[in-house]
Amino acid sequence: MANFAFEGRWPLDKTSMRPGLATSALVVLSLLLLPIGAASAASGDALPHSPLSPEAKASLQLSGKPAGGTADHSRFEILQQDFKSGPEVTKACLSCHTEAADQVQHTLHWKWQTTNEATGQTLGKRTVINAFCGNVASNEPRCTSCHAGYGWEDMRKDPPSEPEAVDCLVCHADTALYSKYPTKAGHPLYEPITVNGKTEMPPDLGKAARSVTNPQRQNCGSCHYYGGGGDGVKHGDLDSSLNQPDKTLDVHMNKDGLNMACTACHAGSGHQWPGSRYSMEAKPTTVARDGEETKTAKIRKLDQLASLMEPSATCESCHSNRPHDGSDLMGIKLNDHTDTVACQTCHIPEFARGGVATKTLWDWSTAGKLKDGKPYKDMDEHGHPSYMSEKGNFEYGENIKPFYAWFNGETTWTLLDDKIDPTKVVEINALGGSPSDGKSRIWPFKQMLSRQPYDMETNQLVYNHVFGKDDTALWTNFDWSKSVPAAMDFIGKDFSGKLGFVDTHMYWPITHMVAPKDQAVRCTECHAKQGRLDGITGIYMPGRDTFKWLDWIGYAAFGLTVLGVLFHALLRIIFRNRKKQA
Amino acid sequence: MTDIPSSTSSSGPSSGRSEELTIRPDVKKRAVKIYTRYERFWHWSQALLIFILAFSGFNLHGTLSLVPFPLAVMVHTYAAILLLVLWLFTTFWNFTTGQWRHYLPQNKGLFAVIKFYAYGIIMGAPHPYSKSLARKQNALQSLAYLTFMVIIGPALWLSGIAYLLYGLWETMQNSQQIFSLVAFVHTAAAFAMITFVVIHVYMTTTGKTVFHYIRTMITGYEKIELTPAEEAYLEEQQPDMLKANE
Repeated sequence: MANFAFEGRWPLDKTSMRPGLATSALVVLSLLLLPIGAASAASGDALPHSPLSPEAKASLQLSGKPAGGTADHSRFEILQQDFKSGPEVTKACLSCHTEAADQVQHTLHWKWQTTNEATGQTLGKRTVINAFCGNVASNEPRCTSCHAGYGWEDMRKDPPSEPEAVDCLVCHADTALYSKYPTKAGHPLYEPITVNGKTEMPPDLGKAARSVTNPQRQNCGSCHYYGGGGDGVKHGDLDSSLNQPDKTLDVHMNKDGLNMACTACHAGSGHQWPGSRYSMEAKPTTVARDGEETKTAKIRKLDQLASLMEPSATCESCHSNRPHDGSDLMGIKLNDHTDTVACQTCHIPEFARGGVATKTLWDWSTAGKLKDGKPYKDMDEHGHPSYMSEKGNFEYGENIKPFYAWFNGETTWTLLDDKIDPTKVVEINALGGSPSDGKSRIWPFKQMLSRQPYDMETNQLVYNHVFGKDDTALWTNFDWSKSVPAAMDFIGKDFSGKLGFVDTHMYWPITHMVAPKDQAVRCTECHAKQGRLDGITGIYMPGRDTFKWLDWIGYAAFGLTVLGVLFHALLRIIFRNRKKQA
Repeated sequence: MTDIPSSTSSSGPSSGRSEELTIRPDVKKRAVKIYTRYERFWHWSQALLIFILAFSGFNLHGTLSLVPFPLAVMVHTYAAILLLVLWLFTTFWNFTTGQWRHYLPQNKGLFAVIKFYAYGIIMGAPHPYSKSLARKQNALQSLAYLTFMVIIGPALWLSGIAYLLYGLWETMQNSQQIFSLVAFVHTAAAFAMITFVVIHVYMTTTGKTVFHYIRTMITGYEKIELTPAEEAYLEEQQPDMLKANE
């Protein structure tokens, strides 16, 4: 009730105040201000017990887990070593992180193999054929440079089972200090190497080990950006431009904004990350297992931690399925789309927007041509290869409008043992979904066009041996008649010897490079004839669709009525004098 | 209200008058306010909204491209909400004032009116129907307006509301097929509506002069036949409904 004492005398007249009152007022004021001062100090300086300097904290990306725990890895005694190999580093890591290797070895990142429960197919890099380099088997040391471990040299066998074979550094070390060497089955360089006159030095593994933190975009990107043999080649929505993106390129990863790491959305636990494209959630739920609607992202997060919900890397897990402002008519209208249109369809108007081109066409059938007995390379006007003796013809593109299709999250793959119809375009990963199954939405994709080798006798796709310093690898010998039989022999499959090439489509769901909302796809780009969603059937879209015969009848009725009244009016004018006579 | 109590109207000459063409000596023509202020407000605001809805609606349909799609969505939705509110009020007004009776179908004389518009009007024949206080509309008019009010209108607002509330039933099985049906009904009714409007607007030109009916709908006054009893009643009870004798 102290303020009663000051009633009518505010601002306080100092001279009229007794010293005792002034002192106590000051004490109260300073007590009130104290927490504010403390808080501002906390945000400005390093946390007293955090191993991270403010600079380091500021440069770290927002990850699924808060940065700066209780451990400063650069001060760990066990990491003050001159490590001789990757596995030696892993051994040191495991001395504290006892479960980490076991966790990793149970993931898709490790096994490269997964069973799709919906289709029963065995999928994963270990077996599938893709529309880029094709297959891993027989090309291991090159391809497994992106395996999350060391020394997987034979796809016919399971990955190495020793805990030390897990590569902690590729995901956790500073990418400036550590990288896997492209042809060493997952190992970094251990000795200097000279290629084409350029000497590359091995990484300082001790320094790398002491730099570990939560995975940054650069860590995930060191493999996921470069799939298919180069920056941005495969996905179209994942390339090195996402290391330092501005808001226009990606609102979430924006380096000056949220600066989210991949794990902020692909947030799991125990080294398991949700978001594999082998089985996706095309129409994600915000309902927990007990049937409760999770109203906020925070509740969803907690439910996921409590195993009441499957962890998921969808837009809905933070934004809900009614993400637009529901107090506004436009927001209500936009929310009406979320049952049929994936968020990405409107919010990623184009992919490959960061200045890195993605490969859109790969014609293997022309590979192997030589000039003067030597392999050669042609470049297109943008400086991308358009022909390589090793790989055939290419097309690249930037700022590409996606291909749209109904998608229920499931894909059916054309695997090695599946029969194909070579007179048609083969769908490498046929998209599941329909407008009426209740699980599908309209999704954006990168549609990759390729021409790939197949056995003309059996009508099956074939594996190809491209990499290796031997006498059969395509990239060394430029001879299809040796490379395909070598690969088929490697995995113990028959090959008739009759090699053909078949056109294929492969689909890459587009989900990164989310543009600011003012750059989202405009209504008119779909609600119009010849719009973006022209090929989408099974749904009535105002502005695009009409009922043909209803329109005919409607326009005819309207038109004839107009003609009728005009004719009537004309008659009235012609006979206007009759009235006077009558 | 300025309306005639129903007892008065029903006690007056009934439907028999509509086929009576000869002007009886005891019947006088007086300028009477046949359209009340609310009726005229209803008519003109409804007309404006229907034009806005037709243009924005056929913009959405892809027939016209006067404005961008999202603007057409906004305009169409807000105009639709306003029209729904107007219709709610008007339904209330029609029933509380007894005006709904004017819209009851009354087929007697229908053929005479059709014949008049098809032939008589061109040949200079007089209109077979003369407006009365009890019955402001001829048989064809009542039929047209009834169609408007119980078929075209409801088809539009029922499908329109279903469309607006899509978010509430989007999870239903076959929601896409239902959505197509809703769109079909809405489009079909819209075609019927614009066809109605063409005829309706043209019919306004068939009065004594081309703008006679429009003037009536603006001022509310029309010269109609009054029986001495009606005239006396209005003079006595509702003088504001009568214009002074010219």
